[in-house]
Amino acid sequence: MRAANGALALLAVSLIFCFSFQHLAYHLRWSAIYPYRQLFLQGWLTTIGLSAAALVCSTLAGLCSALAQGSRFLPLRYLGKIYVELVRGTPLLVQILILFYVVADAFGVKDRYLVGVLTLSFFSGAYISEIIRAGIESVGRSQWESARAIGLTRSQTYRYVIFPQALRQSLPPLAGQFVSLVKDSSLLSIIGIQEFTLSAQMANARTYSTLECYLPLALGYLILTLPISLWTRRLEKRHQFDT
Amino acid sequence: MLQKFFPTVLNLNLRLRQIVKRFDGPLVLDGVSLSLDGVRTLALVGPSGGGKSTLLRILGGLEHPDSGEAELDGQRLVFTEEALLRHRRSVGTVFQAFNLFPHLTALQNITLPLEKVHGRTPAQAQETGRQLLARFHLEAHAGKRPADLSGGQRQRIAIARAVSSKPRLLLLDEPTSALDPEMTAEVLDTILELREEGLDFVLVTHEMGFARRVADQVAFLADGRIVEAGPAAELFGAPSAPQTRAFLAKVLKY
Repeated sequence: MRAANGALALLAVSLIFCFSFQHLAYHLRWSAIYPYRQLFLQGWLTTIGLSAAALVCSTLAGLCSALAQGSRFLPLRYLGKIYVELVRGTPLLVQILILFYVVADAFGVKDRYLVGVLTLSFFSGAYISEIIRAGIESVGRSQWESARAIGLTRSQTYRYVIFPQALRQSLPPLAGQFVSLVKDSSLLSIIGIQEFTLSAQMANARTYSTLECYLPLALGYLILTLPISLWTRRLEKRHQFDT
Repeated sequence: MLQKFFPTVLNLNLRLRQIVKRFDGPLVLDGVSLSLDGVRTLALVGPSGGGKSTLLRILGGLEHPDSGEAELDGQRLVFTEEALLRHRRSVGTVFQAFNLFPHLTALQNITLPLEKVHGRTPAQAQETGRQLLARFHLEAHAGKRPADLSGGQRQRIAIARAVSSKPRLLLLDEPTSALDPEMTAEVLDTILELREEGLDFVLVTHEMGFARRVADQVAFLADGRIVEAGPAAELFGAPSAPQTRAFLAKVLKY
């Protein structure tokens, strides 16, 4: 029954697209971009590498920032808040340019891939920080009280009581953030990182086959983002419990 | 016959001197002094907002007074975070709202502090946990999460968690106020059983009948002060302060 309903929904979506492309009356010429398949594949693999590295780093950055904002040491707390507000309030494009051409240059970091991963982590970390902070705050005062009463230390309380419960709250928005992260990596093309989007742009520049270049692009990103959604959904199920 | 979990009868000596506590303004405890020897069960009774729970939380090391001194069995409570952590580990506390960890099973709720706080191996913690669940007739629920248990079962698991490390004293903050009568009876039976095994208690309660039955000492608190304290039979039988008389008359009316 579930499969049938799913198939029905999928059919409806395909019909709309089929109609639209029919209406366009344009014959897709896949042969034009076929010679560029290696370019696409390499770009796609680069995007995977960048995203995977940034996913790990941004989670760490978000965790540190969330904990800093819960700290009893005020300068640390404000540092966390400034970081979040600064990053969320400015465009990623500007951040990439400034971090690459100004900050990385000043610190003598030449590897653009390294800068790319760090910039993306820096950006996504601010959002993850807020997701984690909200998750931590969703755990009630009584849980802290209970943990204190049985004699857990502060760090034990985070580890055994607060984080496991915060994780459940954080997983759905976290999945969304990870999916965004994969797509946001496309902006790294502006500092000359040869990732998936830049590959498509290059192929397009040489063949003028815009649709033939960008349709595989959409598919390629979908192949990366769908597993993230499915994986977090499975995690959500495993961490399910009623409060 | 059940094996004795608390072999020694300790009998608590309690001294409180001029304990004052205020929460951002209102004075909750206004100079509480109390001196009792050989207490097995002390019941704190009185109207809501009178300071009973706050006093219990100070005894449990969850709150520190603004001034005053507290002494348990000749040992002065030191109100630094480190000393309080040590103190909290030596007593057991049970709250009104159960406060079990919802992401852990009944058994895990008991084994977590045994492993992480009291240094037992997982196997030892499991064994103690299962023993306690069996004692409280909850062994069938060991693998369930709190949401799948009744209020009475949850509270009994909270009690099992609190006594699992063999504390020298058990503090109960209105342990039955969130329960219906049947479950209340269930929990009170458990408390009574533990008392018979020699565990000492300080108990905040609205169940006057129960307080009368289990407590040997009673303190009546109102407006942040101890109005009257003494042996349960005397305080319930012939209260001397008019405030106590009025309160008891009101709550025992129905």
